[in-house]
Amino acid sequence: MSEAVLYDAVGPRGRRRILLGSIAGVLGVAAVVGVAVARLAAKGSFDPELWRVLTEGAVQRLIGRGLVATLRAAVVAMVLAMAVGAVLAVGRLSRRAWVARLAGAWVELFRGLPLLLLILFLFLALPAVGITISVFWALVAGLTLYNGAVIGEIFRAGILSLPRGQTEAAYAIGLRRGQTLRLILVPQAVRRMLPALISQLVTLLKDTSLGFVIGYAELLRNGRTAVEFLGGRYSIPIYTAIAVVYIVVNASLSLLARWLDRRTRRRFGQTVRPSAADEAA
Amino acid sequence: MDAVLDNLDTYREGFVTTLELSVLSSVLALVGGTLLAAMRVSPVPTLRAAGATYVELVRNTPLTVVFFFVVFVLPQLDILLPYFAFAVIALTVYHAAFFCEAVRSGINAVGVGQAEAARSIGLTFGQSLRLVVLPQAFRTVIPPLINVVIALIKNSSIAAAFGVVELTATGTRLANANGDAVIAVLVGVAVCYLVLTLPSGWLAGRLERRVAVAR
Repeated sequence: MSEAVLYDAVGPRGRRRILLGSIAGVLGVAAVVGVAVARLAAKGSFDPELWRVLTEGAVQRLIGRGLVATLRAAVVAMVLAMAVGAVLAVGRLSRRAWVARLAGAWVELFRGLPLLLLILFLFLALPAVGITISVFWALVAGLTLYNGAVIGEIFRAGILSLPRGQTEAAYAIGLRRGQTLRLILVPQAVRRMLPALISQLVTLLKDTSLGFVIGYAELLRNGRTAVEFLGGRYSIPIYTAIAVVYIVVNASLSLLARWLDRRTRRRFGQTVRPSAADEAA
Repeated sequence: MDAVLDNLDTYREGFVTTLELSVLSSVLALVGGTLLAAMRVSPVPTLRAAGATYVELVRNTPLTVVFFFVVFVLPQLDILLPYFAFAVIALTVYHAAFFCEAVRSGINAVGVGQAEAARSIGLTFGQSLRLVVLPQAFRTVIPPLINVVIALIKNSSIAAAFGVVELTATGTRLANANGDAVIAVLVGVAVCYLVLTLPSGWLAGRLERRVAVAR
């Protein structure tokens, strides 16, 4: 349902009411923001000297290195998670009941646990049994376990969204099950799940910030390092800069996902929609 | 194993804290998310824009960064609260955006005819949303809402890094105290989370199938 169905075209009186309401609303928000700004200003948070720290080469390099580390963890984890996801999707679609059930249990287990707990588990428990693991790989492995399960479900939804006739036609011309999957189903399903996959990449990228907890020097950790070095007064400019970097990178990916979604919908009818819950966690 | 059994009380405290954190934040975020969804479908352009901006900003920000702003920047505004309250604020601010998207997708799933009929018998926007569309939307939207709650329960673990002693923090503390039983201790924590998330997930799946049949 398009949202415009919910109300009639607004008449002159309604327009006036909306205008007055909007002005009141904007004034209300402005008042809250104004109080916050006044308080911050009283503490000197808008001192240009504080914000000038962002133009300093050392700070910029620190943030830049953090971004690179974040992207590196995200890309490695994404590639691995897609491989795990493909195995899980094929497993869950298998006709051998025990394979399907095993893959299903794996997905349920790793989707049901907090990502932070998985990362801490790898980081604390593996050394306890004598396996040393770097913070990078603890983070990447945690991201892979969690997102592999989510991406497996996206793959499966993509394949299941195809009309049954595709599989039946493939069997009718004598393809085996593996061939059907490889030659007929996967190539079509990829288009339908690409938007959801990219939106999951955004989630994964956001989740790399959990590396902060185990001390992986990514974007957020480097921001914290800068604040600890410079002093708490600089927390607002530095954290604002960090947030802006995250939002710019993620929003561009989200835009790409939405554009792809519209295009795929127009040409192939249907796509796998990312769920709000998967985007949240 | 002894490390787990000896510390059952500690586990229970962590479990209860996680539960309190999740329930409180879920309720607040659901209210906020529904209001945001109403803003996003309202006839007032400023409200629509404000709602959309909020959701876009929050959706693309990591929850950890939201925590940073709440925990380190609010004190700069002389807002000093216990860590638990900070965690509730951060979780609410973040998840309201996702509750909003879930509710909005439910609103969009209600047949066009329903809204048209509501308008044609003269209901205003508020009335048709409150009396006709939302009651139907909430039915289809319950499974996705449960899933967002599950995500919130899992995300509440991030509060562990910001001074709240909930399940995950309990786990790391016990793991540090019992170096010989790290795995058993953390598996205990994992089981606590699964006790919360798995049944909710199954419930959501069952309701989803029920709704799918009812349509």
